[in-house]
Amino acid sequence: MDDRGHAEQRLVWFGCGTEAMMPQMTDERVRAGLSHEEDLSLLHEVSMKTAGVSRLEMCIQCGTCGGSCPVAKDMDHTPRMLFAMLRAGMREEVLRSNTQWICVSCYHCVVRCPQEVHIADVMYTLKGMAIKAKLYANSTAPDFSQTFVDMVESYGRSFEMGLASRHYLKHFPLRLPGMMPMGLGMITKGRMALTPKRIKHMDQLTKILNRAKQLEMTS
Amino acid sequence: MNKYLLYPGCSMESSAKAYMESLNAIVEPLDLHFEEIEDWNCCGATEYLGINLIPAYSLIARNLALASKQKNPVNGTGGTRTVVAPCSACYLNLAKADHYMQERPALGLKVNEALAAGDLQYKAGTLDVRHLIDILVYDVGLEKIRDAVVRPLTGLKVVPYMGCMLPRPDYQHRWSDHEHPTELDDLLRALGADVIDYPLTTQCCGGHMTQIGPETAFELIRRLVADADERGAQMMVTVCPMCQMNVDAYQNEMNNHFGTDYHMPILFFTQLMGLAFGREPKELGIGAEMVNSRNALANIGVEVPVTQEPAAPRKKDEGLPMPRRWTKHEDRKEAVK
Ligand code: SF4
Ligand code: SF4
Repeated sequence: MDDRGHAEQRLVWFGCGTEAMMPQMTDERVRAGLSHEEDLSLLHEVSMKTAGVSRLEMCIQCGTCGGSCPVAKDMDHTPRMLFAMLRAGMREEVLRSNTQWICVSCYHCVVRCPQEVHIADVMYTLKGMAIKAKLYANSTAPDFSQTFVDMVESYGRSFEMGLASRHYLKHFPLRLPGMMPMGLGMITKGRMALTPKRIKHMDQLTKILNRAKQLEMTS
Repeated sequence: MNKYLLYPGCSMESSAKAYMESLNAIVEPLDLHFEEIEDWNCCGATEYLGINLIPAYSLIARNLALASKQKNPVNGTGGTRTVVAPCSACYLNLAKADHYMQERPALGLKVNEALAAGDLQYKAGTLDVRHLIDILVYDVGLEKIRDAVVRPLTGLKVVPYMGCMLPRPDYQHRWSDHEHPTELDDLLRALGADVIDYPLTTQCCGGHMTQIGPETAFELIRRLVADADERGAQMMVTVCPMCQMNVDAYQNEMNNHFGTDYHMPILFFTQLMGLAFGREPKELGIGAEMVNSRNALANIGVEVPVTQEPAAPRKKDEGLPMPRRWTKHEDRKEAVK
């Protein structure tokens, strides 16, 4: 579609280096009919939804984050690029990006960012927003997270065996035979519990989580 | 006697059992006392945080609330305000929740409102969340550790692998450095091991990407293992269940993916401490690793009894039925549809 075509162009421009970027973004914003306030509203939304103080507004586009990221080559956009897109109000493109799903939470960017932006936590916020907006790149990650959360909400503890087998069955059935030797090895070496462990006061945890979910909706 | 509240975390009960066993074996010689937090729950790893913010932090905070109730630092006598987490991800989650509840009082209020539904509460900042190696290096001290060594690991060439989540982002400023902390090096040296400088010590092992984006994770694992191998290491030493799992259990898959043939064992630092303190490999969970450490340990005269081997390893040329990789080009086509 038309504006997705634009999104493609933007990727190329951003990749060319910082000098050329700002005018192009402005151009793009005008074409997209976005006012300055609207641009910043997305930035603020993400910032507010992030745990702790994100300092996202402080980003100076230096690119240290992307340069430090061990998995940048697999990302659609480097963190820097993504933050420029946030500033430009490109909601859909940002939420559709695979970047937040590729991020492995290594905090390399975080300790190097000269502006102390909490990049890794912003990635969590973007994951949450992408899931809620049902906009995500073809990634099995949201489903993996959900499966994990389901386990924790049922037992209070994670259950590696159940998690791995459920996830693999659903998404990588072809990989299962290849994984068998490892799985069996883990079992014979006593490293995989075959049944989940439930905490004693599951009811208490459930009450807490339910209340937390209500609060999440109203915040 | 040093008393601590222990938050073991889920993996210590299954995939990282060896870590727990070896931890149990070193508390006595070091005069440590760990009391498990009763009825602790999962910290949510990195998964819960991406789904729902308040529930994620409430999940983590329930553990902090239970801990502060168990040994209330304010009016408890002989209590402790220190929570010890041996898993880097658990450590980070607990420390982060405590930190953010202080930094963002609004978050703290909401989390406490949720906790109240279960008759719990947690006042941010009342507990001190620390990782196991922090306790060993800074509370117990290298002197005492050196004194407990009866079988120095002289001649065992190791690379210290700290992993990423432990020294970063370091809200509490605990570590000597974010990118190249030396705590693990120092500790291993105190055991007599031959510590090789390892610039990748805080590089990521791939975290949960082994499950959801295997190629991304394999590349990270390959870098770690290849560099350790190139430097002549006989084994890698870790402080984190996730790092151990990824480098150990997925090493064969990684080899299949790249057509390489690495056999780099990775043990928990507590296992090496146990060995140096004269304990037997079996008590320390040695042998549970997928990449066998027997040859490496033979270098220091430690004999690891042969246990039943798992199913035969896959042949190298057999390849792995990998999910089809979407190229960026295809991604775009998909998006344009
Ligand atoms: S390192 Fe920090 S300031 Fe620099 S581009 Fe990244 S987020 Fe922005
Ligand atoms: S935290 Fe995420 S974005 Fe930052 S360096 Fe690590 S993987 Fe890259």
